[in-house]
Amino acid sequence: MKNRRLLLEHVDVPGIDGIDVYVKQGGYASLEKALKKMSPEDVVEEVKKSGLRGRGGAGFPTGMKWSFLAKPEGVPRYLVCNADESEPGTFKDRYLMEKIPHLLIEGMILSSYALGANQSYIYIRGEFMYVLNILEKAIAEAYAKGYLGKNILGSGYDLDLVVTPGGGAYICGEETALLESLEGKRGNPRIKPPFPAVKGLWGCPTVVNNVESIAAVVPIVRDGGDAYAAIGIGRSTGTKLISACGNLARPGVYEIDLGLSVEEFIYGDDYCRGIANGKQLKACVPGGSSVPILPHFLVTKTATGEDRLMTYESLAEGGFASGSMLGSGGFIVFDEDQCIVRNTWNFARFYAHESCGQCSPCREGTGWMEKVLSRIEHGQGHMHDIDLLADINKKIEGNTICPLGDAAAWPVAAAIHHFREEFEWHIKHPSEAQTRNYGLIQQPVVA
Amino acid sequence: MSHTSQPVFDPNEVVVFSDSMMQQMNEVVKKFPQDKEKSALIRMLHIAQAEYGWLSVPVMNKIAEFLKIQSIEVYEVATFYTMFHLQPVGKHVLEVCRTGPCMLVGSDQLIQHIENKLNIKVGETTSDGMFTLKTAECLGGCGYGPLLQCRNKYHEHLSIEKVDALIEQYRNGEIQ
Repeated sequence: MKNRRLLLEHVDVPGIDGIDVYVKQGGYASLEKALKKMSPEDVVEEVKKSGLRGRGGAGFPTGMKWSFLAKPEGVPRYLVCNADESEPGTFKDRYLMEKIPHLLIEGMILSSYALGANQSYIYIRGEFMYVLNILEKAIAEAYAKGYLGKNILGSGYDLDLVVTPGGGAYICGEETALLESLEGKRGNPRIKPPFPAVKGLWGCPTVVNNVESIAAVVPIVRDGGDAYAAIGIGRSTGTKLISACGNLARPGVYEIDLGLSVEEFIYGDDYCRGIANGKQLKACVPGGSSVPILPHFLVTKTATGEDRLMTYESLAEGGFASGSMLGSGGFIVFDEDQCIVRNTWNFARFYAHESCGQCSPCREGTGWMEKVLSRIEHGQGHMHDIDLLADINKKIEGNTICPLGDAAAWPVAAAIHHFREEFEWHIKHPSEAQTRNYGLIQQPVVA
Repeated sequence: MSHTSQPVFDPNEVVVFSDSMMQQMNEVVKKFPQDKEKSALIRMLHIAQAEYGWLSVPVMNKIAEFLKIQSIEVYEVATFYTMFHLQPVGKHVLEVCRTGPCMLVGSDQLIQHIENKLNIKVGETTSDGMFTLKTAECLGGCGYGPLLQCRNKYHEHLSIEKVDALIEQYRNGEIQ
């Protein structure tokens, strides 16, 4: 099927969450291939060739991240899977883990082998406790079949795999906060450097990868890095899970070939089938709540009139002026009835709630933005509040230990940039601000 | 900052963990290397909360004793993460996701409806001790909203009618 290619190919097969059906569908063949015919370096090489980029949101090349891992003698190395999926709009990892848990486990074993780790962890957000139970059952099955534990498939390679929950904190998706949390502490991000590749879990060299990145290693080893790189366009290779939500006719998780047009993704029969209830598209946040919002006329076309594609590069085309980011693939769509001010306030409240409180610009700034946006939304705003928001924004951005500050600042900056007149209308019409909707904004006429 | 509520302290409470809890906790500790047992802390808080409904100071002290760490190390973690209840809660805690994607499909209206139906505000517990209503930030089910979480269960694609039926099922004990 068009929207089920490499990772989700067998997702609808009954019983695929169990090891027998998974193996029958060709599961653990990549692991056999790697352990019997490939060295760890060969696996790293295939991942480098594949062009796979981190699927958690940052898009950093996975093979390069792996090659940074320090390998001092006599010190254990760790692979940690980031399953703390909590970027608003993103629910792809949960889908993958729930439906086809052995794909992640096989990917974990392959990746651990490539990195020389003998102990690996999956850190999953605490709210997904039922998914943790699914993973633990699958891990027990993998031990019973000899895919985990001592001397895996007679190769002499040993690996133990543990899944452990968080307790409810968006910040733990940031890799150093995740490691703190995994050590049983508050999720306060660490100052970098040192990077986890040098000093990570318990001070040892550690790689932290997203669920989807690790799962993608399975088809990369099976088909080869070149075959994976043949899918996609330019530096956006392979397939990507997109979790589509908001006012869509058919929201859900889709596996797309990178390079698909945004038009096809939103309106195509194999994908989201257009806006719900026959309404019009107002705006789109294409990569999770942290990325800039795009008004309707910049969603399917770039500012220069080219087709917008689902790639890291095309979604970013135009920079902050007219582009956004692929991010985590959390694709949020707004119909004509939605209020941009209310949504911007909602996201600001989210970041204020989730700031760990370590850095003053983020701790204070996210709270101020939330308050200012709340008063605009509730009909008590002043015209100078719009510039005040921009000012707070600048003081947060780049002044914090981790990217949460930027993630909080960008959506507000982009919303004001594209929808300034809607903010002004809210301030000028306080009695109507919550009862009547502003509607679509017009595309500016280029002189 | 995640939590603002102050832990309730009853100095006379004597906490004894049940055999099944002790068994679960011993299993969790075994998952981590020696001297790294503190990594089991968050899971232990989940286990204790499943048993008691919320985390009292004496329960947290007992966990500290079990892990051979200072009590403050447990408090600072329990107060950081939003899933842990530091005050008594109702038998069923309904946590409704209120973040952007859920708001786009009606979470505001859903929360208001539950407030009216149960005659409580967000953060409060019904007088019969049956329900506590809370809101949560993004629960990671954005395509299936509006939704709420109750203990380990996600209830998705909710409507006013569905949430009414759900509350009745919890009330009648049809769902545990």
